[in-house]
Amino acid sequence: MTAKSKESQIIKLAAKFKSAIGLIGLIIVMSFLSEYFLTVHNLMNITRQVSINAVLAIGMTFVILTGGIDLSVGSVLALSSVITAGLMSSGMNIALVLIIGIGVGTLLGLLNGLLVAKGRMQSFIVTLGMMTIARGLTLIYSDGRPISGFDKSFRFLGAGHVLGIPVPVIIMFALLAVSYVILKKTPFGRYVYAIGGNEKATELSGINTDKIKIGVYAISGFLASISGIILASRLNSAQPIAGTGYELDAIAAVVLGGTSLAGGQGGIVGTIIGALIIGILNNGLNLLNVSSFYQLVAKGAVILIAIFLDTRSQKRD
Amino acid sequence: MEEKNLILEMKDIVKTFPGVRALDGVNLKLYKGEVHALLGENGAGKSTLMKVMNGIYKRDGGEIYLNGKKVEFKNPKEAQEAGLAIIHQELELVPELTVAENIFLGREPRKGFLVDFKELIKRTQEVIDRLGVDIDPRSKVGDLNIGNQQMIEIAKALSQNSNVIIMDEPTSSLTPTEIDILANLIDRLKKKGIAIVFISHRMEEIFEICDKVTVLRDGKYIGEVKVEDTNEDELINMMVGRKLESRFPEIKHRPSDKILEVKDLVVPGKVENASFELYKGEVLGIAGLMGSGRTELAKTIFGLFKPSEGEIYVKGERVNINSPKEAIDLGIYYLSESRKDEGLVLGMSVEENTSLSVLKNITNLGLIDNQEEEKLAKKYVQGLKVKTPHIKQKVKNLSGGNQQKVVISKLLSTKPDIIILDEPTRGIDVGAKKEIYELISHLVDDGAAVILISSQLPEVLNLSNRILAMGENRIMGEIDAKDATQEKVMKLATGGDLN
Repeated sequence: MTAKSKESQIIKLAAKFKSAIGLIGLIIVMSFLSEYFLTVHNLMNITRQVSINAVLAIGMTFVILTGGIDLSVGSVLALSSVITAGLMSSGMNIALVLIIGIGVGTLLGLLNGLLVAKGRMQSFIVTLGMMTIARGLTLIYSDGRPISGFDKSFRFLGAGHVLGIPVPVIIMFALLAVSYVILKKTPFGRYVYAIGGNEKATELSGINTDKIKIGVYAISGFLASISGIILASRLNSAQPIAGTGYELDAIAAVVLGGTSLAGGQGGIVGTIIGALIIGILNNGLNLLNVSSFYQLVAKGAVILIAIFLDTRSQKRD
Repeated sequence: MEEKNLILEMKDIVKTFPGVRALDGVNLKLYKGEVHALLGENGAGKSTLMKVMNGIYKRDGGEIYLNGKKVEFKNPKEAQEAGLAIIHQELELVPELTVAENIFLGREPRKGFLVDFKELIKRTQEVIDRLGVDIDPRSKVGDLNIGNQQMIEIAKALSQNSNVIIMDEPTSSLTPTEIDILANLIDRLKKKGIAIVFISHRMEEIFEICDKVTVLRDGKYIGEVKVEDTNEDELINMMVGRKLESRFPEIKHRPSDKILEVKDLVVPGKVENASFELYKGEVLGIAGLMGSGRTELAKTIFGLFKPSEGEIYVKGERVNINSPKEAIDLGIYYLSESRKDEGLVLGMSVEENTSLSVLKNITNLGLIDNQEEEKLAKKYVQGLKVKTPHIKQKVKNLSGGNQQKVVISKLLSTKPDIIILDEPTRGIDVGAKKEIYELISHLVDDGAAVILISSQLPEVLNLSNRILAMGENRIMGEIDAKDATQEKVMKLATGGDLN
């Protein structure tokens, strides 16, 4: 009896931290396969590469926890990116540029939220539409051409270092900490989970569910524009086709991190682990000289296997 | 002779769920051509027994014999093929399809790859004729009324040559005329040698329609009696395990100030011309069948439906209530009839569900004050005797009665003075029911105004001060609880005149 309950406790614990266990397993395997993998330089590299996707995935976590989805983040990233780049090269004050760049993304997110909450439309369709609109606006604004060459102060955001740590990584961890507190410690965060668990019951408990839903899409748009700005700054160039397919990587990170697409279950820590798994996989396959075509197959397979295992363990509950 | 007519026998059936022994040695014997009532309080194990019978649940003990042979149904399909049909309380029809398509769903007669519609209509007509009802096989099921939809379910069972038909609360949403038609139909099925299991809470139907009664209580087999050898009191005694008188507490209604007034409220298609008043310190009962508009009326007051006409006054002031949030701010709280769909976030803990409505008030610099939240949850877990290992337990793991107590905790946490309880005792066990009755009594003592909606007439009769009878989306009449009987209330609800 006690042996059995102990065993089931271990299983429960393992289930709770399965994405973390997966991540550690992956790190161990990679460190054996490539001696370069566990170097400080490479690890720094990985976290910097991961930061863009991680910031998108943090926003996506908010949306998915309510039971929705945001397909527009990749395009919103691109739009914020070209607008910021355009304004920067026109010589506008950097603070003003950042406010406008971030404001555009937040506004589009807000619009997504309004259509989902007040318009009673499905998030998949709304954000699919927004994805196309934002991409169109990006191409219109940039005339389809990359915008490059920025001021040093702007370059700092994507390429700078503080105490040897890349600035994007610092931004990522700051956003991670703030999001964690919002989701776990504030009434807003609790309502996000409650809506994903049972929207009707949440509404009947006296919560303005529309407001919360609008909020999560606005957060997603806000974070998408931040990653757009980081990307432009890092590459010293804003590409109108940047961010294509990024929404799928963000969704993959959220799901790999154990957040349920049905909403109500999961969290931000899992999402970061999910983003790291994807990042290490990319990096590792690169180190092993796997062709990028095969990399896609491998990445897809890992996601499917992870979800398969997750579904099975949930059924056992 | 007797044993030859024995169709189905269930012996010593045991079924356990984590933490609950849902069935504990239950027996059931069904003979050809008999209508057998399965009686028991909500949660007594009736539905579980039926689900074990037709293979939805795997039993943990006991045996099932069909026509003398031991059987083991792995799923409802196998049971159906062996001649067992079940008609669920919530009908399982596809409203967009026609009567014929529904009856032969998955078994359509074919011509090559295509459905042979001519043959389909012909066979459907045959089945309908056997039932002796007048329904067009081509009409859409969604366009039929509930009574006729039920006939379609029975037709479906007949078309599968079933010799055992289980009817789970078939009359709960029927009008008296429709109940008569159903009773006639059951009589005809009986003469064809079909055995019927009839699950119902309504005593009078059992005495009118059934031949035998098997009683369950808290998952245990209490006994089998012939209807002709028993009476209502004895059956209730078997069901509840004690005399009926002790079921309801004495509520001291002391109606004082008028706290809520509804004038000529109209919500198109849902509520028609509703007017009533509610006073502090009383229970106002609302009786009526499912679909009579009682839930819609309550939800309109709670801000879920927008009235097109009419006025609502709370404490003498005219109000517009546009959302549950606004209703709660005015001191109104509505307990939904559907605990799982509208009452609880099942994946959240007891604590998180309890605090949900007042979370904004227990924050510190914008962050949830965990200690306050814990205190709140513990207070209600103790006060309402919620049986849970700890307050971090997910509510989906609690029993129905304890889940209901969690929803009530959430309600109480807002300290409402107008409390609308919609079917507060649905699907919960006898003990928890009694606790909820006592809670209502305490609330009234403390000066709250309670609206009690229930399809269990005894509940409404025993706990209310006044009773509104609802039918066809309108309030058909009001009666003082002292003068009310089940017959009078039903008569009012169905448009009858008491004089």
